[in-house]
Amino acid sequence: MNQMIWVVLLPFLGSVVCLLVHRKLVFALAMAASLGTLAVAAGLVAHVWEHAGARVELGGWAAPLGIALQLDGLAALFLLLTAVVGVLVGIYAGSFFAQTSELRPMGIHFWPLWLLLWGGLNGVYLCSDAFNAYVLLEISTLAAVGLTVLSGSTASLVAGLRYLLAAMFGSLMYLLGVALLYAGTGQLDFVLLSRSLTPQVHVVTAFGLMVFGLLLKSALLPFHFWLPPAHASAPAPVSAILSALVVKASFFLLLKIWFVVFDSLSGEGPGKMPGQLLGFLGSLAVVWGSFQAVRQWRLKSLIAYSTVGQLGYLFFIFPVLSFSHSPPHEALAWGGTVFHLFSHGLAKASLFLAAGCLLRAMGTDDLHAMRDIAGRMPVITFSLGVAGVSLMGLPPSAGFVAKWMLLRAVLASGQWWWAPVIVLGGLLTAAYVFKILAYTFVPSQGDAVRLQPVSLAMTFVPLALAMLCVLIGFRADEVILLLPAVPGCEMSAGGGGGP
Amino acid sequence: MTFWLPLIVLFSSLVTGLIIFVLPEERSRLRTALNMAGASLKVAGVFLMAWGLLAHDVVYEVRFTMGLGFDFLLKVDLLSLAFVSLSSNLWFLTTLYAVGYLEGSPNRSRFFGFFSLCVTASTGVALAGNLITFFIFYEFLTLVTYPLVVHRGTPKALDAGRTYLWHAVTAGAVLFLAVVWLQVLSGPFDFIPGGALQSMEHLSRSDLTVIFALLIIGLGVKSALVPLHGWLPTAMIAPAPVSALLHAVAVVKAGAFGVMRVIFDVYGKDYASQLGVLDPLALVVVGTILFGSLRALMQEELKRRLAYSTVSQVSYIVLGAVALGPLATVGGLVHLVHQGIMKITLFFCAGILSEFLGIHRIDQMDGVGRRMPVTMALFSLAALGMIGVPPVAGFVSKWHLAQGGIQGGQEWVVAVLVVSSLLNAAYFLPILHACWFKAPAMDFGERNRQERGFITWREAPWTLMLPTLATALFSLAAGVFAGWEWSPLGVAEKIAAGRGGFP
Amino acid sequence: MDLSMVMSTFFLYSLAAMLLVGMGIYGLLTRRHLLRKVMALNVIAGGVFLLLITTAYRNQEHFPDPVPQAMVLTGIVVAISATGFALALVRRIHQRMKDAKTDPFGEKWDRS
Repeated sequence: MNQMIWVVLLPFLGSVVCLLVHRKLVFALAMAASLGTLAVAAGLVAHVWEHAGARVELGGWAAPLGIALQLDGLAALFLLLTAVVGVLVGIYAGSFFAQTSELRPMGIHFWPLWLLLWGGLNGVYLCSDAFNAYVLLEISTLAAVGLTVLSGSTASLVAGLRYLLAAMFGSLMYLLGVALLYAGTGQLDFVLLSRSLTPQVHVVTAFGLMVFGLLLKSALLPFHFWLPPAHASAPAPVSAILSALVVKASFFLLLKIWFVVFDSLSGEGPGKMPGQLLGFLGSLAVVWGSFQAVRQWRLKSLIAYSTVGQLGYLFFIFPVLSFSHSPPHEALAWGGTVFHLFSHGLAKASLFLAAGCLLRAMGTDDLHAMRDIAGRMPVITFSLGVAGVSLMGLPPSAGFVAKWMLLRAVLASGQWWWAPVIVLGGLLTAAYVFKILAYTFVPSQGDAVRLQPVSLAMTFVPLALAMLCVLIGFRADEVILLLPAVPGCEMSAGGGGGP
Repeated sequence: MTFWLPLIVLFSSLVTGLIIFVLPEERSRLRTALNMAGASLKVAGVFLMAWGLLAHDVVYEVRFTMGLGFDFLLKVDLLSLAFVSLSSNLWFLTTLYAVGYLEGSPNRSRFFGFFSLCVTASTGVALAGNLITFFIFYEFLTLVTYPLVVHRGTPKALDAGRTYLWHAVTAGAVLFLAVVWLQVLSGPFDFIPGGALQSMEHLSRSDLTVIFALLIIGLGVKSALVPLHGWLPTAMIAPAPVSALLHAVAVVKAGAFGVMRVIFDVYGKDYASQLGVLDPLALVVVGTILFGSLRALMQEELKRRLAYSTVSQVSYIVLGAVALGPLATVGGLVHLVHQGIMKITLFFCAGILSEFLGIHRIDQMDGVGRRMPVTMALFSLAALGMIGVPPVAGFVSKWHLAQGGIQGGQEWVVAVLVVSSLLNAAYFLPILHACWFKAPAMDFGERNRQERGFITWREAPWTLMLPTLATALFSLAAGVFAGWEWSPLGVAEKIAAGRGGFP
Repeated sequence: MDLSMVMSTFFLYSLAAMLLVGMGIYGLLTRRHLLRKVMALNVIAGGVFLLLITTAYRNQEHFPDPVPQAMVLTGIVVAISATGFALALVRRIHQRMKDAKTDPFGEKWDRS
């Protein structure tokens, strides 16, 4: 299982190499590193599929001293999502940054930063102790902010700084929580921590601080203020990465903290309240974020607000699983959440990349300018439509599978009050998706913008992402079978089975 | 073949649609050839299935596990066969009509692509073997009809599209909630003639009542039950073949078909009437029939009048499902087919009138019978059928519905039918009178026809006339040969026999 | 409770740490100047590091625990790089706007 380290090391190495080599070699080397990472990630998924999880102690040092990597079903799925989106965005970016002389220098900086970010994300998925998670999350944040300000425009600089300040504040709150936990228990490893926690004041405070910090970084309403400007002002491939992957990493850590470390605390009694609170904030995010998206007239702002709304769906897992230990609907809640992560990641990447194509072709992303796009850029319109269908949660798509499982979990848990929110969110999503699509059907009356040519790679990558989003809707079985290896499931079911 | 045939029927239009999307705009011959090949393949497949099922009792079934606690199930029973043969045959004719109708207009690849997908969806709705599969195709239908409604891209069309979408998507959300809720309570189940829920005694009756209401709201929007019908008259802005598709082949029919599935195969008619959910629905249905007819009477635009007529006529189908007598069931089922072929004839004629003479309003129709005698003869035939004049198909439906009403001790059914037929006559006969007996109010010049430069077959290109002629003749034949074993009526009797003790 | 227990080194240090964190948060939320915001974050970081260093003396009686020290070292590296990056951004924004008193958080949240 030593290839586990490569999924982190390969992107890091690639990042360093890309900084050093001649600019003409950068794309080839970066793609080599990306494909290599994809291959390793696929190997890890296959390993989890065949043998369940694995744990590697780096350098042979055991847990309290050394650094361990922990692979489980959830981590494997995140690795896979990141690798698939990463490779496809990479192909797109190669063509995107070659378009004009303005964009070319950005491309030189894009690759090292993106590979650094990728390595950091993979590290977050695999690391098994609270402090390394902090470091890796910081690496990803710094790289992500670097990517945000890539274009150097004033808007992106301000958005990037706002993002950086919010993210650093979140990380520090998380670190403060880790410090409190360490002061109380002398442990950092997730599993060891979970065994030595008792409901005391400092533990509850630490829980609050860590959850707060991670919520800030995963942009749950009302901590979403930094996200829309940052995601809307970055270049298209960067927006895709930020929306599809980066916010999910903090959410991943939140899942681990909540369901592995603080399971005994959040599972009973007082755990109901924080669960309901997160569900409530998630509902607000779904409604408010989608509503704001409906109000936007710039395509990229619209998609960015849609991210705020869609992220809300991820938080229903907390109330749904907070009422009892290993409830019968546990697999449904996990499956629904993970499927939502997947469908949102793929669909949102597809939308941002398609928006990048439109921006390139039209010179603006104003919805009013999109006259007769359906006739003139059919592939892009089709991608927008298919990705939109998945966001709405309509069949046939992964988004439908996600909504289906989430709604069932919600109803089966008896917490029916989340069901109207899920349904309403779907309606609002339909409203903004069709707001985009309706404008593509308006015929031009001679006043349409002249379109710049868009390269084949840029045209078909969004389509590929959107089609993937539909296709994984047919493969729910595999994902659900992978998930029993989720640490949260094992922990709450067996009360702490080892790796 | 029992596995592949339903898939072939489903994919014949799906694959055609996807190929057509990528065809360049100029390849109109290839596009037409593909379209007609797909349509023919589908019709042939459906006939093969019908033959297998009716003559040899072959069970056609396709089942995949989705890993979500349900199976993706396509299963052919008599009810699905009735709907799928209606939609496949009418698709064939409508495609032919649309080829002629849209000749030379822009964005035809997109149009025919979505057209094919639309029929794929309605085939899926017909073949679905459980509620979830049904829901999947039902929602897919919403998505693929939207581009057809807004096809022209004018502000009016976009408005109509928005209205349609809001109705359909909201209904979809309600339906989704109901389907998931039912699944959570009962576990997975397939459609069973006579009702799947009957045997599950642990379910609470109040839950089932609420779920029934949600299901009917979700399905009622597409089948245009008052007060959920608002989108249908607005959607008239779409090109005539789309109207035909919405009214006769796919959308409205999918809604009515869904209501039948829910009442017959999910709840079961007996169980539903025990629950007491049929009476409120009957009230809505009666309201819809009368309201639709009254509103139709007030319309000045031909297509809007036809649209309100659909609102009223489709509820006959649902009336057949809620009225207790077994003969009413037969009447409702047979009206599913009859309404389709008659209404599509009317829309084909309306399309010809607007396309070649620029007639949109009823007061422009004076004397048009002399200018277009064949078209108007076909129109008159279908209109008389709608009123219920024998021997056209509509009479057969109404006769059975009325008999069923008497049989079930619900004499009000007869009263509703009589009033509704009078109203039907009131809004169709003046049109017939005007077009045949009044002097032409406007000059039906030859200009449009020559501008378009077609080789015309008397009144319109043969691609428009032939489908119209065919559907009109179907309407007549369905009435005249109703006694034949495999006529729509004969099949409807067989279907009803499996669902509620028809002798 | 024994006064010497309450006023133990650990308690004193953690109190100071909390104070620093509190001041930092207050500064971050109230100051409009970008540079001050960056400094406020550093004050929070200082507080967190102080708390971590303190724990090194708490769990071990006679010799300090090396793990928190390693953590603080790593943390300082992270904080320095983030601060450096933030300062570079502030400088860029300052060059663009000639007035660093613009407040990225002060704008209406829903404006992009």
